Amino acid sequence: MAKIRVSLKVNGKAVEALVEPRLLLIHFLREELNLTGPHIGCDTSHCGACTVDLNGKSVKSCTLFAVQAEGGELLTIEGIAAPDGALHALQEGFREMHGLQCGFCTPGMILRAYRLLKENPKPSEDEIRFGISGNLCRCTGYQNIVKAIQHAAAKLAGAPVKEAAE
Amino acid sequence: MIPGPFAYHRPKSVKEAIAMLADLGEDARPLAGGHSLIPMMKLRLAAPAHLVDLGAIGELKGIRSEGGDIVIGAMTTQHELIADAGLAAKLPLLRETALQISDPQVRYVGTLGGNVANGDPGNDMPAVMLCLGASYHVAGKGGERRIAAREFYESAYMTALEPGEMVTAVRIPVPPKGHGSAYEKLKRKIGDYATAAAAVVLTLSGGKIAACSIGLTNLAETPLWAEAAAKAVVGTALDPAAVKKAAAAAEAIAQPASDNRGPAQYRKKMAGVMVARALERAKSRAA
Repeated sequence: MAKIRVSLKVNGKAVEALVEPRLLLIHFLREELNLTGPHIGCDTSHCGACTVDLNGKSVKSCTLFAVQAEGGELLTIEGIAAPDGALHALQEGFREMHGLQCGFCTPGMILRAYRLLKENPKPSEDEIRFGISGNLCRCTGYQNIVKAIQHAAAKLAGAPVKEAAE
Repeated sequence: MIPGPFAYHRPKSVKEAIAMLADLGEDARPLAGGHSLIPMMKLRLAAPAHLVDLGAIGELKGIRSEGGDIVIGAMTTQHELIADAGLAAKLPLLRETALQISDPQVRYVGTLGGNVANGDPGNDMPAVMLCLGASYHVAGKGGERRIAAREFYESAYMTALEPGEMVTAVRIPVPPKGHGSAYEKLKRKIGDYATAAAAVVLTLSGGKIAACSIGLTNLAETPLWAEAAAKAVVGTALDPAAVKKAAAAAEAIAQPASDNRGPAQYRKKMAGVMVARALERAKSRAA
């Protein structure tokens, strides 16, 4: 099949490539751009490990073709820290509150939480749990992930943050 | 998983899309949100030679009022339905249903048009559209037509759409002010398709049900419009006997398959339970 030119912004940088139409966005990110933060978990649109932010929406990059991202603005975990390397409040929250064990779901979890907090800066615990219902974690039981997101919400709001999890 | 190869097309207007679908014939599929089609393509259960991506067609987006109807562009996402305050005020059933579809990521991308046009009996919006008496705007090479949702679904994945036609909008008559509605969905986990689900819209007059309509999800090859179940409660105060009659009428038309969601007998029973719950909740919300 004829390749198609796709151009978009990834983590603030302009990217252009010739791709097969059937190339999935997750494969484009991992294999063409070497952005291996977004993971392939279930590959069936369930687990959310491949979640990235595209045009202000959390999307599962295993269920989009790269060509559909034409002209878009895309953010992955690699682009979430400040240019000087200072961690984003969510990254810090996951570290402080032990929001991960194996870490496989974490990039997707953080990208989803990123959009959730943009839309709802002060979510309740229920809203957080509902908001991350498209992201599966097989280690933590979610408890510390919720705490990590609460930590980030407080930090982003300039409120005092809670002590780390015991 | 890597889908089979295909040629990709990105029309800018409905006219252009229709011309492409007509030219490319049965090897072409329109691509809306793609959250049903792309997984099918990854499993190689679908292998269209051409994809006509509707994502760049602005005229397929948006929610507008037209007379007593609400017209929703086919490419409007579930997320956009949920976020629309005007829609939530006039037609809360749509928001309530959309919130029970899959998960946030899927709702950002999945569209109303794709949900109703795909013909998947597991999709939630078709039964809601039967319940509301909606119709679909359909465009094809021969022009435009409207198809009543109640006449649209023929079998699993088989609809009244002719080759080369596509749904461009969903038209919903707004139920009267003071109506009550509910979508009750039994599922194994968040994001799942329904084990059984029921949509109810009703109006009250002097404490009695004046009008009622019921739709059922994932209980047959097509969504079901449960006319007899609705009739069983009209004129009653929704006393336990009437609710029981309606539930029995819903169970009588349900023909679910036995699958991972449970044996057919259980799912049939759950059809009745969902109808009973949806009726009571809809009534509690009616004025």
